[in-house]
Amino acid sequence: MIAELGHITLIIALALSVLLAVIPMWGSYSNNALWMSSSRSLATGMFVFVAISYGCLTINFMESDFTVAYVAATSNSILPWYYKLSAVWGGHEGSFLLWMLMLAGWTFTVACLSRSLPEIIVARVLAVLGFLSIGFLLFMLLTSNPFDRLLPDTPSEGRDLNPLLQDPAFIFHPPILYMGYVGLSVAFAFAVAALLSGRLDSAWARWSRPWATAAWAFLSLGIALGSWWAYYELGWGGWWFWDPVENAVFMPWLVATALIHSLAVTEKRGVFKSWTILLAIFSFSLSLLGTFLVRSGVITSVHAFATDPERGVFILAFLGLVVGGSLLLYAIKAPTIRATATFSWVSRELFLLLNNILLAVLMLTVLLGTLYPLIADAMGLGRISVGPPFFNLFFVPIILTLSLLLGLGAATQWKSTRGERFSNLLLIPAVVSVVMGIVVASLYGENFAWKGALCAALGAWVMSVTFTDWWKKAKAKRGSTIAQLFNMTPSFYSMALAHFGLGVAIIGGGLSSVYSVQKDVRMEPGETVSVAQYDFKFEGMLAVDGANYRADRGQIHVSKDGEFITILGPEKRHYLSGGNMMTEAAIDSNLARDLYVAMGEHLGEGAWGVRIYVKPFVMWIWLGVLFMGLGGFVAAADKRYRSKTKRSNAPQASAISAA
Amino acid sequence: MHPVRKQRLYIVLFIVGFASVAIGLMVFALSENINLFYPPSKLANGEAPDNVNIRGGGCVVPGSVERSKTDLGVRFALTDGLAKVPVVFSGILPDLFSEGEAVVVNGKMLAGVFQAEQVLAKHDENYTPPEVADAVGQANAEKGVQHQATCEGMAMSGNKTYK
Repeated sequence: MIAELGHITLIIALALSVLLAVIPMWGSYSNNALWMSSSRSLATGMFVFVAISYGCLTINFMESDFTVAYVAATSNSILPWYYKLSAVWGGHEGSFLLWMLMLAGWTFTVACLSRSLPEIIVARVLAVLGFLSIGFLLFMLLTSNPFDRLLPDTPSEGRDLNPLLQDPAFIFHPPILYMGYVGLSVAFAFAVAALLSGRLDSAWARWSRPWATAAWAFLSLGIALGSWWAYYELGWGGWWFWDPVENAVFMPWLVATALIHSLAVTEKRGVFKSWTILLAIFSFSLSLLGTFLVRSGVITSVHAFATDPERGVFILAFLGLVVGGSLLLYAIKAPTIRATATFSWVSRELFLLLNNILLAVLMLTVLLGTLYPLIADAMGLGRISVGPPFFNLFFVPIILTLSLLLGLGAATQWKSTRGERFSNLLLIPAVVSVVMGIVVASLYGENFAWKGALCAALGAWVMSVTFTDWWKKAKAKRGSTIAQLFNMTPSFYSMALAHFGLGVAIIGGGLSSVYSVQKDVRMEPGETVSVAQYDFKFEGMLAVDGANYRADRGQIHVSKDGEFITILGPEKRHYLSGGNMMTEAAIDSNLARDLYVAMGEHLGEGAWGVRIYVKPFVMWIWLGVLFMGLGGFVAAADKRYRSKTKRSNAPQASAISAA
Repeated sequence: MHPVRKQRLYIVLFIVGFASVAIGLMVFALSENINLFYPPSKLANGEAPDNVNIRGGGCVVPGSVERSKTDLGVRFALTDGLAKVPVVFSGILPDLFSEGEAVVVNGKMLAGVFQAEQVLAKHDENYTPPEVADAVGQANAEKGVQHQATCEGMAMSGNKTYK
């Protein structure tokens, strides 16, 4: 009964989304205020019905109703309640319902927080979001209905949630990631609405900025969570694998990063307008492409869902419609966009342009590396794969160049900048970064690696530029400098936080990649292995019972120079619902290093394969991204985006006088 | 020329130049970093180049897994039903590695033995890597065997005991 209710509410939501796509849009062209203003109530209605539908599926899971095919496939009656709750998004159908809930949620939020926008823009933005909802709801109802019943052959027990997914990170990673992934649709909707209206001014940039930034922040946090999860759960000790699905979410992130920077230029200076629009279109298109890659079964990956060609064709058709339609609209309307201002060669605009170019090139390399195997396969060139060396070859130099330019860019001003500003602001950071590079190089004296020193230097560069900038800006204001430090605008704090985070992440990524030590060894009880000055003593295995699994837990006694540090308990788990063995790594982490131990297989006679890592500064990667995400939220929450004052004409006027 | 246009021209020229260099580099790097996939029958008859990074894949021949007594060295044979190829690997095998199951190996051929640097097993029970499914499917077609679950019945590789 509840499943049917969920199904029906989903159909009602589809009907509402059709109305949402048609009525306000029609109203905006026929200038019918009543039709336009229906957009908010329709958006609310759609959200409510999708939410009810989602609630129904959740109830099915909590009650372990195995007559519902999807519940039977992804849940089990002995699953702890919190995993039942998150098993809702443990498979294709349910995770798509979560996706739809997010889209409806974003639509609803736009409807709520857009009081200060002109009615015609709100109507069009919500109508575009309604149009996207039609596509996704149709997809769900036609090809992947989570409420399908298994009657009359109802299984008495569910097949269980994949043990890999029975982890606290699974409760947070998909919802946060989807928030970001789907949130890009709002920036897309604003871009399309702007193209339809032909109104591409600074006001438009100001309206869509908080949405793009919020989506970007969610996406950053979602990616970081996923990376951290893969690091401790998969037992390989890596934090990024250049897996096609990671790439599928990394590409929209890169474009969204370019977008939030480009939006700043468009808002402040009225240039790069058509480029910004293009970025908004591409970031959402890439997130659709990612959906296609993950859900069509064309790629091999830990994330790939069960193969079904019908689904792939549907998403591909929808992708074609969205990308083709929006690019066509762009082609028609973009020539009418005119930049109204100029800028000199040494200016903030130029550095932000460089930022955009580098991010776009990086996105293209990732796109090429991800799609090339598919293209080669389709053209009959054989089965090939593109390995991490290809991606690293571009990623590392581009990110490092980007961080070097970030420092220079932070010293510049809008329009034009005089040379002495660089020496004023950048002397201290330059010294700090050189010192930092030398310190790291000498710390790792005997195994010196210039890459490690370079990453440390550039990370320190970005961080110290941020601090110097903060200090100088506070000093330039009247009154006590210390007081002024805490009296900056939210947009400054958000930028500083995010850039500081990038510096932290670069240090973490660089040092952990260069200086990690890994040993795979065969260990018998009582044996000691020494890795990077740490002694790991294997004391034997212990049988442990968990909520729904049995495990063998290794006892690894860790010490350094005879001093006890910790006991690590990596596990091999066997879930009671059947299936395969699972590895749970044990990690002792602090800011300076992670000690990571994962069990391999039993090799007979009490001996086990053991994987041991010592990874310096690896926590800094996720910590850095956390700062970036926080920065994004600070920016998105900035009150000035919600003020009713019509400032939209001011930048325009100053831009003209500047030209 | 109008200074605005001049600036725009320079920027466009710069972007075009930069983009073509970048694309050139990408294509070059791509050609250096792709790994071709070979099924066991091609590995066994020497069609794969020696000492070049490649990918192989097939089913682990049951009873072929031998472990070293002193370190993590392991040997096993891969098959697609037509031929077997020996694989050596030193390290920890993935959880889902087991005899009679599909695996993908990354590494090099050296004197008829596949030196694996990485062994990837499927990640859930109902999944077979598409390369392996293809390779075994083709081998079966050559032998005139009807479609069956990949790797099922590989136990008696060579004997005609397929279901």
